[in-house]
Amino acid sequence: MALPKYTEMRYRVWHYSYLVICTAVFVFLIAPLFVIIPLSFNAEQYIHFSDGMLALQPEAFSLRWYEDMIYGTKNPWGIAARNSVYYAFFSTIGATILGTVAALGLSSRYMPYKQLIMSVLISPMIIPLIISGSAIFFSLAKLGLAATFPGIVIAHIILGTPFVVITVTATLSGFDDSITRAASSLGSTPTNTFFKITLPLITPGIISGALFAFVTSFDEIVVILFVAGGDRNLTTIPLQMWTGLREQLSPTIMAVATCLIVLSTLILIVTELLRRRSERIRGISAQ
Amino acid sequence: MTAEIRTSDGELLSVKLKKVERRRRTTAFLLAAPLLFFIVFAYVIPIFQMLGRSIDNAEMNSFLTETHEVMQTWDGSEMPGEDVTSTFYYELKTAVENKYHGKIATRLNYEKGGFTSLIKKTSRKLKNFDENANFLDQFIDVHKKWGDIEYWQALKRGTDAYHFRKYLTTFDYEQKFDGSIERIPEKLRINVTLWLRTIFVAVGVTFCCFILAYPISHLLSILPTRYSNLLMICVLLPFWTSLLVRTSSWMVLLQKQGVLNDTLVSLGFVADESRLELMYNMTGTFIAMTQILLPFMVLPLYSVMKTISPSLMRAATSMGATPFHAFRKIYFPLTYAGISAGSILVFVLAIGYYITPALVGGAKGILISNRIAYHMQQSLDWSLATAMATVLLIAVLVVYWLYNKIVGIDNMRLG
Repeated sequence: MALPKYTEMRYRVWHYSYLVICTAVFVFLIAPLFVIIPLSFNAEQYIHFSDGMLALQPEAFSLRWYEDMIYGTKNPWGIAARNSVYYAFFSTIGATILGTVAALGLSSRYMPYKQLIMSVLISPMIIPLIISGSAIFFSLAKLGLAATFPGIVIAHIILGTPFVVITVTATLSGFDDSITRAASSLGSTPTNTFFKITLPLITPGIISGALFAFVTSFDEIVVILFVAGGDRNLTTIPLQMWTGLREQLSPTIMAVATCLIVLSTLILIVTELLRRRSERIRGISAQ
Repeated sequence: MTAEIRTSDGELLSVKLKKVERRRRTTAFLLAAPLLFFIVFAYVIPIFQMLGRSIDNAEMNSFLTETHEVMQTWDGSEMPGEDVTSTFYYELKTAVENKYHGKIATRLNYEKGGFTSLIKKTSRKLKNFDENANFLDQFIDVHKKWGDIEYWQALKRGTDAYHFRKYLTTFDYEQKFDGSIERIPEKLRINVTLWLRTIFVAVGVTFCCFILAYPISHLLSILPTRYSNLLMICVLLPFWTSLLVRTSSWMVLLQKQGVLNDTLVSLGFVADESRLELMYNMTGTFIAMTQILLPFMVLPLYSVMKTISPSLMRAATSMGATPFHAFRKIYFPLTYAGISAGSILVFVLAIGYYITPALVGGAKGILISNRIAYHMQQSLDWSLATAMATVLLIAVLVVYWLYNKIVGIDNMRLG
């Protein structure tokens, strides 16, 4: 980003102010997340940077809120975490299978009413969650599935499928059909071609779609507010955070939030590795 | 002269081709079918059924069917005759016996305040009625409100099988009993304020996201990959982080005893007693939503800018354009696709936002979604909630349709 020597003064000024603006926006994006982390190690009960913390005194920091999160008797974080993982796991499997199969159909040249069907399949992502939440609740209630484990999984499958459909269709749009034709001409059956050629090539897309579905379910709060119906045994981490935040901002929530930030960092790393792998396989550089 | 080309098994080639094509179409459709049926039956149809609740009054109509029918001949200009009052008496009696008079009371109370106590009191006294005497007088004896013609008019209107009044309420209008449509009293008008605020926040947040996202997307697209990947973390980490984590971090930052105020006080910019009110108002909603939705603007912009060749700008400047002019005439128009994709995405997400306004916005910063949730979960006025939801849905679908026109659903990319 070094400027040539002959750059005029006013462009120099403009260039550096541009860099300052960009830095400010990046700080605006990322700083709020990093504020939470040190506060979760606060030894005090209040959510602010105490003088001791600013002076980096060891006694101002502690792990008490993490202990509270794990062992605290009143805290339902254990059940919440277990439920969140279960819902996310089962709904990811459902959404990934349904979404991938649908995407295979949708990327075929012969698919009838492609635009219309695509719009319908993507709609859960576009329609405001408050509408989705109440509609899904009413329909589950009619089937007697509201506030049940399968009901919540169904709700999360609905919300997760658009992401799988989009990512897998995007992967398939860059797919070179001549590879499968080559396989067929060499005598491979369609099933064999699919499992030996197509599937390995689109796996990165499927995994990244599955990750989206997982995160969608894991972070989902609006629909579960309707569907869980206040049953404490069905609670999830976001639901618990929502309840906590409405009452009082507690340091325990900061500890939970820090754990979630660590989790999202892991997801980020996985997606980055996937992206690189998919680029390497397809032999293209960054798009 | 047309030669008949046949395949090896003796079929006409054109026929065979059509067959193959049909089979491929069927295969493609069958692959998409499971998800399509799942989404249609578990999601699309329930949405329409729910939205139907905004005009549906069938249950109420079934409770008081005969009263409603008899009332059709009553023009509502004077007190109803014995035919109406006696039918109502018998139907209310059935209702009390089958214990659904509470529902009638609640539902009629939406029509006119005071109906809850009126029906409850009348239901209790119903057994004392003399079925041979004048019913209207006995009703009035039980409660003097039965002498007010408006309650009878409300009863007539409240038993219609369909009604569109909740759509009027959605925009702070009401239908008077004489059929005229008027705005509701000023101090009760809340919905129009919320609609305007929602549109203002959605447009404002979209604009702020655009202003903030443009320079950083540009920077990301021109930096060498190893630097841009590093900076991309600043965009992707918030993108993957739970919405509640980001909302709670804004609560930590913005509250009165929060980090931002503490910093400003310790730096001496703000006196301790005049700490800024950054939360529980529009400022909080606005700032938090901008940061939360910013990645949705950066990602489409970045992917478009990445494809713009730097030589275009160099060519423009070499031909004498100033950098500003070259940017305005060459670079900016090339990013329209990214701008429209990002803007529509952010707008659609912002207009239905619920969680962040509820936590950061307080009473002054809530949006229409919060009102829908309130009517869904607390006031239990489902017809009003669904009427509002219908209007919101139509707004979103119009934008979605625009997105489809401009960008195309097929071109939607994530991450």
